[in-house]
Amino acid sequence: MTSADTPIERPASAASVVVEARGLGRTFTLHTPWTSRLVDRAAPRRIVAVDDVSFTIARGRTLALVGESGCGKSTLARLMVGLDEPTRGSAWVDRADVRATLAGPEDTARALRRRMQMVFQDPYASLNPRWRIGDIVAEPLLEQGLILPAQAPARVDALLASVGLEGLDTRRFPHQFSGGQRQRISLARAISTSPEFLVCDEPTSSLDVSVQAQVLNLLVDLQRERALTCLFISHNLVVVRYVADEVGVMYLGRLVELAPRDELFAAPRHPYTRMLLAAVPDLHGRGRERAPVLGEVPDPLSPPPGCAFHPRCPHANERCRVERPALKPSGAVQVACHAVEEGRL
Amino acid sequence: MSGPLLDVRDLGVEFPTRHGTLRALDGVSFDIAAGEILGLVGESGAGKSLTGAAIIGLLEPPGRVFRGQVLLEGQRIDDLPREAMRRLRGRRIGAIFQDPSTSLDPLYTVGHQLVETLRAHLPLRATQARERAVELLRQTGIPAPETRFGQYPHELSGGMRQRVVIALALAAEPALVIADEPTTALDVAVQAQILRLLREVTQARGAAVMLITHDMGVVAETCDRVAVMYAGRVVEIGPVDEVIRRPAHPYTAGLMASVPSLHDARGRLAQIPGALPRLGEIPSGCAFHPRCPKASPRCSDERPELTLVQRTRAACWWPIADRPFAP
Repeated sequence: MTSADTPIERPASAASVVVEARGLGRTFTLHTPWTSRLVDRAAPRRIVAVDDVSFTIARGRTLALVGESGCGKSTLARLMVGLDEPTRGSAWVDRADVRATLAGPEDTARALRRRMQMVFQDPYASLNPRWRIGDIVAEPLLEQGLILPAQAPARVDALLASVGLEGLDTRRFPHQFSGGQRQRISLARAISTSPEFLVCDEPTSSLDVSVQAQVLNLLVDLQRERALTCLFISHNLVVVRYVADEVGVMYLGRLVELAPRDELFAAPRHPYTRMLLAAVPDLHGRGRERAPVLGEVPDPLSPPPGCAFHPRCPHANERCRVERPALKPSGAVQVACHAVEEGRL
Repeated sequence: MSGPLLDVRDLGVEFPTRHGTLRALDGVSFDIAAGEILGLVGESGAGKSLTGAAIIGLLEPPGRVFRGQVLLEGQRIDDLPREAMRRLRGRRIGAIFQDPSTSLDPLYTVGHQLVETLRAHLPLRATQARERAVELLRQTGIPAPETRFGQYPHELSGGMRQRVVIALALAAEPALVIADEPTTALDVAVQAQILRLLREVTQARGAAVMLITHDMGVVAETCDRVAVMYAGRVVEIGPVDEVIRRPAHPYTAGLMASVPSLHDARGRLAQIPGALPRLGEIPSGCAFHPRCPKASPRCSDERPELTLVQRTRAACWWPIADRPFAP
């Protein structure tokens, strides 16, 4: 496959960059029982959920972040839209510092909120069960003062039609819809304020495969039609292939590889990316033994020193055990790996 | 022993409700030979987990088997009294469920749970049971089994817990293992380890496996045969390669095409129009006909039965046949 039809190498000039993460970090402090603090003088335990992550997304492009559970991808998504406060670094949307803007004057904060929306994983939890569908979809518009209440029904119908739900009875409640329909309703709500930046956190993970196909296709269509800039979070590399322009692979809070989609799938560099790709079960992979995968993700409370991946890495050497590799460019790709850097891989 | 190890014949399960009786399974038939892995696939609500629950006698009331038979090693087990069924579970049939953190008791050590299971089903002394438990942990690929024996489930990772659940299911050397979405809660890298383990340990024992999953990729690399369910019925059954590469039922074909693949040159996924019917609103005739590109009037009037199409059996009036059938 070539990237001829997708101009991935287009230089991201300052004007075209919409979304940027600058050295984002988020540390959570775990609650230690007061008895342990008193008796054992136990220090509070810290989890570094996101550690020094930087990336940019150009206008109208989709960056997908993948990784196993606990790698910090959902925390990162929340940091990008200001749902959570970074411990270090900052998230920027169109040259506005997200956290600072949201904490600032109400009118600029509100304007920024209109431009960022999010779709969550579980459509059973992200729609208020006591609200009618019509009210759910109209809420962002009314809250932002973009329409008058009398205009709501027509706008809701139009929004629902744009997600493939023509003629839906908007007086019904979320429980009366299937998972796929609910995720479409979540999408209709998310695009209602015509946002420029859309964050999707595992939007199809709780859906069946045939419904997933419908929702993914819809998402790609909406993204193209509306020139949305997207951050797409997924644990599933295969799904990412259908939606992303660029892919970032995360491991224990850090980006280990950031590459244009076709590059990543054709020539994965980081051993972890290779392992993830080799572990994907494939319909046409019968007879192909999946590469044996070593071990599991270590406890984020006590991450390994050096490169966090070294205990599972077949290429690890002494340097990997002590020195943490930084994300460095290697052609069109950025990789954080000593073995790649030294040409051992 | 001749004949299949597990023989499910015309199984029907219904739920009486205030608004009438809902038929959740209607005429499900398949068999599994000893040493064979049969995949049961379908989307949520197709009835795959219910089929598993009906076989091991764990239907949630008011659900009940209203038709059909389940035979294990030639003996009917669907009409066994509760106590006999309870003894059969664990001894002849092992079960593995989706979430390893809820299938283990958090208050007992891993070793305690294994020893208890072993001694409940087999005449073993405490020391023998302990040795056997450690051996089981070793066989399921748990490092330092002696240490793990004394640990609680919360001290193990998700993958390790699922290994313990597999060890528990295999403890009494069952002839049949029913695994209901055993890897769905696990990360993809760990999933590969667990599937390989499941295949190895069951084949080493000659046990049959019924693997319930929604993941076609898991079926493709783990199973020998596969049964595809739709709206409470098996719509196609056959060897895995045939069902995946040359599906005869239009639903199977649509389902396979909607699976994302790493080796797919298309930029877009194929879609099946519409959605799975709700229980109680299952269409007449072939339940798939409102969504089917090949539907004819016959499809809405008459229900098709499973018939041999090529190398698979499909319940369809207009199966997809890409080559003439030669017996």
